[in-house]
Amino acid sequence: MGIIKTDKLVFEYIRRDEEGNVEGITRAVDEVDLDVKQGDFIAILGHNGSGKSTLAKHINAILYPTEGTVWVDGMDTQDESKLWNIRQEAGMVFQNPDNQIIGQVVEEDVGFGPENMGVPTKEIWERVEESLKAVGMYEYRKHSPNKLSGGQKQRVSIAGVIAMHPKCIILDEPTAMLDPNGRKEVIRAVRALNDVEGITVILITHYMEEIIHADMVYVMDKGHVAMEGTPREIFSRVEELKELRLDVPQVTLLAYELKQSGMDLPDGILTIKELTEVLAAQYKGQGR
Amino acid sequence: MSLILDHVNYIYGGDTALAVHALKDVNLVIPDGQFIGLIGHTGSGKSTLVQHLNGLIKPTSGSIYYNGEDIHAEDYDKKKLRSKVGLVFQYPEHQLFEIDVFKDVCFGPKNLGLTKQETELRAYAALKQVGIEDAYFYQSPFDLSGGQKRRVAIAGVLAMKPEILILDEPTAGLDPKGRDEILDQIAKLKEETGITVILVSHSMEDVAKYVERIIVMNRGSVLYDDVPREVFQHYKELEQVGLAAPQVTYIMQALAAQGIPVRTDVTTIEEAKQEICRRYV
Repeated sequence: MGIIKTDKLVFEYIRRDEEGNVEGITRAVDEVDLDVKQGDFIAILGHNGSGKSTLAKHINAILYPTEGTVWVDGMDTQDESKLWNIRQEAGMVFQNPDNQIIGQVVEEDVGFGPENMGVPTKEIWERVEESLKAVGMYEYRKHSPNKLSGGQKQRVSIAGVIAMHPKCIILDEPTAMLDPNGRKEVIRAVRALNDVEGITVILITHYMEEIIHADMVYVMDKGHVAMEGTPREIFSRVEELKELRLDVPQVTLLAYELKQSGMDLPDGILTIKELTEVLAAQYKGQGR
Repeated sequence: MSLILDHVNYIYGGDTALAVHALKDVNLVIPDGQFIGLIGHTGSGKSTLVQHLNGLIKPTSGSIYYNGEDIHAEDYDKKKLRSKVGLVFQYPEHQLFEIDVFKDVCFGPKNLGLTKQETELRAYAALKQVGIEDAYFYQSPFDLSGGQKRRVAIAGVLAMKPEILILDEPTAGLDPKGRDEILDQIAKLKEETGITVILVSHSMEDVAKYVERIIVMNRGSVLYDDVPREVFQHYKELEQVGLAAPQVTYIMQALAAQGIPVRTDVTTIEEAKQEICRRYV
């Protein structure tokens, strides 16, 4: 069993009107089977309302399945006695950096999690230091979080999660509110955690360029997994993605459009380097 | 009919040790009917700037003229200004509050003191302009999807019949299709009504695709003010200030570096496709 496993996970909620009368039942997650290996970088795509955030909230027991089971490192999330262990092993980062920071000073904020876990003081400081270093925010440890940029705040939020030594980190649109530089900083920090520390990453995003390095991509629609594969496999299916209200990175789209106009290019080009290499080879091949 | 910013400065916390010079000598002319993109890293002064445009913040020094009148003159009607310069904040759907969609959109024009009939006509037209169908009019705004809620919130501002519409990151958090839908609606609205649109955005791709003029803010000053093609030629300088060019611009730069004679001042997929095809087919 992988670090995260779901078996026929179903989540339903009851819609009520103003007076509290039942209007109907919505199935937000519909028979999802996931099996995430320790150390993987997983991306979840899907349009607004496709069920991705609801799914993510099951992974650290904020929500419980209506049917089916979720295991985090072998622990069933419905087992209340394991709740704190589950939340410590699977940490979550949300969209708005301002909603996640509580400390007056960066290092205090990062220490909040381990402090609540009862970690000895000396070790808390060690964890704060290593976490801030892992996201490249150590030099800001004495700063007030209010004075940081959005990308810096998000990296502090991430440090706060990794100070709890999780095996898995779930990021729900962590870059939606950031400027281009902030987005780059956050994604770089997340990739480093995955590569260097071996932390399993589950990244939910609407920015297609952010997931080209993922090991596996799941595309959600109407609560179930509509597509799954490597980024290259997924981004080769441009038309299907568009039908699911999604997109591909600009470089992939350009390659696709060029192919449609008759040029001979492979499917699923993901990086500028790949495209320029293919085009340069062809240009030289034309004998110019 | 235009909006003019003349040597506008704004300082937060002026008489304290923590004074921040948020806008530094900003001079801008915003003529009628332009589609303008306003970009800049977080904290560059974009939001402070847009709040000056409808008089929510008063400049520490300098003046703002709307249609030739100083908006901070003593006898100037600020309420009227705010109906003419409509500001859609970030995540405007958080401001929805009424029991149904139609009532929510009526709130603005009702407060302008219009008759019930005029109010309702405006609400109807505004909802149509953002592409909300009749079937949703009497639903609770909270039952709509994220993209729909946001369009209803934008309709609430449009119902005031603004001459300038300012949108602060209208697509944040929306899926790619929702992003395109909102921006397509806004572009269409601009075509049909000739309204001036100022789009604050962190997506260089969106800005490149839709606007005719880009204003780049950095540390409270205007760094560039030009057409997208020219602004994105400075991609290296933009990176220095936390921004970037659209990915296609980088593709063209990389191709040129490989010795393929393509133009590098390309900012949209469509242009890039034409330019590459020209060299290959």
